[in-house]
Amino acid sequence: MITLAHYLTLAGVLFAIAVAGIFLNRRNVIVLLMCIELMLLAVNFNFVAFSRFLGLLDGQVFVFFILTVAAAEAAIGLAILVVLFRQRRSINVEDLDAMKG
Amino acid sequence: MIEHAVPVLASSELVPAAAEIFIAAAACVVLLAEVFLPERRRGWTFVLAMLALAGATWVTSLVAMPERTVVLYGQFVADPLATVLKLFTYGIAAVSLLYSRDYLRRRGLLRGEYCVLTLFAVLGIQVIISAGSLLTLYLGIEILALSLYALVAFDRDNGVAAEAAMKYFVLGAIASGTLLYGISIVYGVTGSFDLGVLAVVVQGEAAGGIGLLLGLALIVVGVAFKFGAVPFHMWLPDVYHGSPTAVTLFIGSAPKIASFALAIRVLAEGLGGAVDAWQDMLVVLAVLSLAIGNVVAIAQTNLKRMLAYSTISHVGFILLGILAGNAAGYQAAMFYTLTYVILAVGAFGVILLLSRQGFESDELDDFRGLNQTSPWYAFVMLLLMFGMAGVPPIVGFWAKLQVIKAVIDIGLVWLAAFAVLMSVIGAFYYLRVVKNMYFEEPASREPLQAGGAFRLVLSLNGLAALALGLFPGLLLALCAQVLG
Repeated sequence: MITLAHYLTLAGVLFAIAVAGIFLNRRNVIVLLMCIELMLLAVNFNFVAFSRFLGLLDGQVFVFFILTVAAAEAAIGLAILVVLFRQRRSINVEDLDAMKG
Repeated sequence: MIEHAVPVLASSELVPAAAEIFIAAAACVVLLAEVFLPERRRGWTFVLAMLALAGATWVTSLVAMPERTVVLYGQFVADPLATVLKLFTYGIAAVSLLYSRDYLRRRGLLRGEYCVLTLFAVLGIQVIISAGSLLTLYLGIEILALSLYALVAFDRDNGVAAEAAMKYFVLGAIASGTLLYGISIVYGVTGSFDLGVLAVVVQGEAAGGIGLLLGLALIVVGVAFKFGAVPFHMWLPDVYHGSPTAVTLFIGSAPKIASFALAIRVLAEGLGGAVDAWQDMLVVLAVLSLAIGNVVAIAQTNLKRMLAYSTISHVGFILLGILAGNAAGYQAAMFYTLTYVILAVGAFGVILLLSRQGFESDELDDFRGLNQTSPWYAFVMLLLMFGMAGVPPIVGFWAKLQVIKAVIDIGLVWLAAFAVLMSVIGAFYYLRVVKNMYFEEPASREPLQAGGAFRLVLSLNGLAALALGLFPGLLLALCAQVLG
């Protein structure tokens, strides 16, 4: 029997992988964008699980909004990435050091 | 057979949201105008954006609600607080557009897209201010944040700006993810997104639960990031420093009103029952922000970066007001936010005033001997710097006084003493700007290039800081009225 705890654990693990990916990744900005996407999907898992087990629909409605925002966010992120690549000819995270701090 | 009740949306429900609808429509009109206007008429988009903000002011005052009104199935709140904050937002956005105009034109950035992004950012701020549920709040935050990411990267030939935009984007997305995770847990515990329902549930038995506490902590992280409170401030210095000064001016002003509204709507209205839990978290954030902001600002040589750290310390003060957790504290925080925004707009405005083609004027040394080249604007800058430092009779003094009073009233005397100590340290770097202007020899004697309207509004901006300091009663009474 799969309980709510299983879903929440899965979502938590996915979220943790995403955060770890953002902070450990030193190579590629595109991987960062993928981690951000994974993070939002982990949250969606939470919403759907709660929505199902509480018997309420509004959690699933929230998921639709998150998916839409995630698409917009990916578009902006990739646009910034293109601008960055035109300037630097590189998408290495370690090259993002023109400013101290 | 079961009859499903289909909810009908009465058109009167849309009336309180008229200003948001107006700004969204106006932004689309400006976008279309940019496409269809001939190249030499592109300046009209700027005029249209200004008209849109003026129109929104009119619409907002037309549909202003004397009482708290909740429409659109609890998603949207219209109350006097929302009206005042929105009117302030339009004013600040219009002033920052006006200040930015010459700067953008000289750098070939004065395009319709800039005005459109500013209008969409204003829309995001409006939605946050009027949020009645966590869903509306999240959407408002994203509308604002996505516009700001694009604004930072707006100067496509500027590598530093692109880097700043990337950092802002990644850290902002992490903050949104954390906030959402918190929202999902709060939803799981309470079964609702509605801030009104949350307030009732949290007052009850759920207040002490570990689940709610976890959700609350994650939401506080998200709010702290939007404010730029330490330790979630990493984006702020780089974004302020790397963006074109016109964008820094906008990011440093109007979104602060949104952060304040966000904190009030979530923490005070939605999770007010858990005040004991979030008070401790905000104490930590405030102490760290005051300390790091003021101390690191001393080491900066770039004025934009210095003002970024100064923002962090001011955020500490705003959090002091909010963590008091009572009406007096919220009023003090609101007064602080509004007056800080006026001061910040003016300070970045002076940087824009002194900038020329190929000269940013954002280093501290660029302000040397300003008193000899243009004594009036040196005086305006003096008023703004004294205001931020909290020297009476400029308005910043009253703001700090109110906040510290609110903290003492809840018995946290050590915190008040710490805040006073930190603002004394902070006075050092503000006074260094004044020293540079009045007691150094000017590096160059180039005449100012700014237009008449810019000069007039900037002068009024500086004098407003003085006038509000001499007569703070009006604004204080307004804050007391809307947050009573």
